[in-house]
Amino acid sequence: MTPRHWAVLLALLAAAAIGALGLRAGTAGSDAARRFFRHPTAAFAVGVLLFFVLIAVCAPLVAPYDPSAQLEIVQLQNRPPSWMHPLGTDLYSRDLLSRLVFGARVSLAVGTLAMLVAVSLGAVVGLLAGYFHRWMDGVLMRLVDVGLAVPRIFLLLIAVSLWSQLPLAILVLTIGLTGWFATSRLVRAEVLSRRELAYVDAARALGAPPARVILRHVLPNAVAPLIVSAALGIGSVMLLEASLSFLGIGVAPPTPSWGNMIADGKEQIATAPWTTLSPGLAIVLVVMALNAVGDALRDALDPRREAT
Amino acid sequence: MKEPLLRVRDLKTYFVTERGRGTARAVDGVSFDLYPGETLGIVGESGCGKTVTSLSILRLIPEPPGHIRPGSFIEFEGRNLLTLSPPELRAVRGNRIAMIFQEPMTSLNPVFTVGDQIAEAAIVHQRLSRRAARARALEMLRLVGIPDPEARLDDYPHQLSGGICQRVMIAMALVCHPQVLIADEPTTALDVTIQAQILELLERLQAELGMAIMLITHDLGIVAGSADRVVVMYAGQVVETAPTPELFTRAQHPYTEGLMASVPRLDRPPAARLHSIPGNVPAATDWPSGCRFHPRCPYAWDKCRAEEPPLLETGGAGHTARCWLVAEPQRRMRRS
Repeated sequence: MTPRHWAVLLALLAAAAIGALGLRAGTAGSDAARRFFRHPTAAFAVGVLLFFVLIAVCAPLVAPYDPSAQLEIVQLQNRPPSWMHPLGTDLYSRDLLSRLVFGARVSLAVGTLAMLVAVSLGAVVGLLAGYFHRWMDGVLMRLVDVGLAVPRIFLLLIAVSLWSQLPLAILVLTIGLTGWFATSRLVRAEVLSRRELAYVDAARALGAPPARVILRHVLPNAVAPLIVSAALGIGSVMLLEASLSFLGIGVAPPTPSWGNMIADGKEQIATAPWTTLSPGLAIVLVVMALNAVGDALRDALDPRREAT
Repeated sequence: MKEPLLRVRDLKTYFVTERGRGTARAVDGVSFDLYPGETLGIVGESGCGKTVTSLSILRLIPEPPGHIRPGSFIEFEGRNLLTLSPPELRAVRGNRIAMIFQEPMTSLNPVFTVGDQIAEAAIVHQRLSRRAARARALEMLRLVGIPDPEARLDDYPHQLSGGICQRVMIAMALVCHPQVLIADEPTTALDVTIQAQILELLERLQAELGMAIMLITHDLGIVAGSADRVVVMYAGQVVETAPTPELFTRAQHPYTEGLMASVPRLDRPPAARLHSIPGNVPAATDWPSGCRFHPRCPYAWDKCRAEEPPLLETGGAGHTARCWLVAEPQRRMRRS
């Protein structure tokens, strides 16, 4: 850890804080932003997420060492935090800060991408089932019932067993493709209640084609629960990735992810707690921030909620 | 007389009820004409089929459970609206025939600004750019007499009052200068002073833009003030049609008479009980045999129970009524 790395780390921390506060100040004119930042934790949560995204993006600049390099197998085994290794080292003498930083890339990317897959698929299925009703609803919802009835972990295990070394893209797809069932239910319920509303009829009476009615009149009004479920979903996908990696079937070592870092440290939780503590704290912080942002977004996206 | 703009013939819109037990014949053989530039009032109490009639014209009936029976015919600009393909139909909706709904507050989409919503029809039908559509929306807000239109353009519906919302709805409907405006109870949700303003506005816009208005209402006062001709509906059928002055002076159908008698009037002693028509509207799944009004009609005799009357010419110009009394007026005398 050189002064340059400290400087970069502090600069990113400052950038995240300034970014979050700047966002709040810069958008103060808009009603939606005002409702968003009215939540006491919203700005803080945005800052936390911004910080982790920044270190993930700038990982090579922040990380003092190669995340998979075993630095000194005897001397640097399970060292507690120090100036050279701010988060300590693990059993294999790898620098934990470097692993945490590069692990952020993997964990955040897997969480976000898998959730994007799940939410878009769930939204499409839910919209179709809810808007077109009739046989489409029956077919799609029975499919969802089947999906919900099969334990997800088994589907994931099947996918994992098809590859000897699971590619990240496949992990993302599998998590995404097994994660949309509940979202589609949510969207469908929302659409069902909205499609009967007078303004949907009014839009049809105006001559708007079905795609326009769905995308402009039904979806935006159903989007609040969708966004909340997406924000909460990223968190739960990150936890799922962590537990898969913990079980040794997710992100394959030596590529660091927060989940397999905890797995690597689990044997010495009593003697070297810092090896599990930092990735664990990172997961907790990010998931909590996502939840807070999800909550704030829900209020911000509903113009009927007056700022008081 | 001029050629009608919209001709509705033998319109039958049925709904299959839950569990397929019965069929609600909500609109059962309705025929009428709408002439260019006129205001046609359609009156009747709740459940008589007036809203279903208007929704059927734009084919906005939810299917299932509803369906329009074959044999029905709605002619507009030389085409039968009931056989148009969905894209052809969309080219008519909002463009040639527009509609405004009863509840202005719920008929506007809460997540879009007023300007966006007014611009929508112009974007859909005339493929205007966003900028041009916005200018168009502003022009429409001016046309419907909303104060400070520039500021209102970016307001959301929840920031506006009911009367302003209804003006916005009217602006939305008129963006493409339709030939026909269907107004389904446009003032029912508004208080009386705003009602008068909205009706005045519709009248002014009709004169300026030359469209025909189908004014659907249960309020005879509105009809008397605004409509040129009136269609009275009962139990899914047209029971009487006449020019407004003719209807109010020489109503022929006992149902129309009953409706008129139930309107409170200034020239009657305030203590007098308001007249009411006995009984309720029968269920649409089970219309009475013969004349559908006979169970509630003070004049009904055997023939009314057995045989359904057609719309009979009463002698007045353009005045028809679905009642055997027209053929046998002496029965009316005998009772009174």
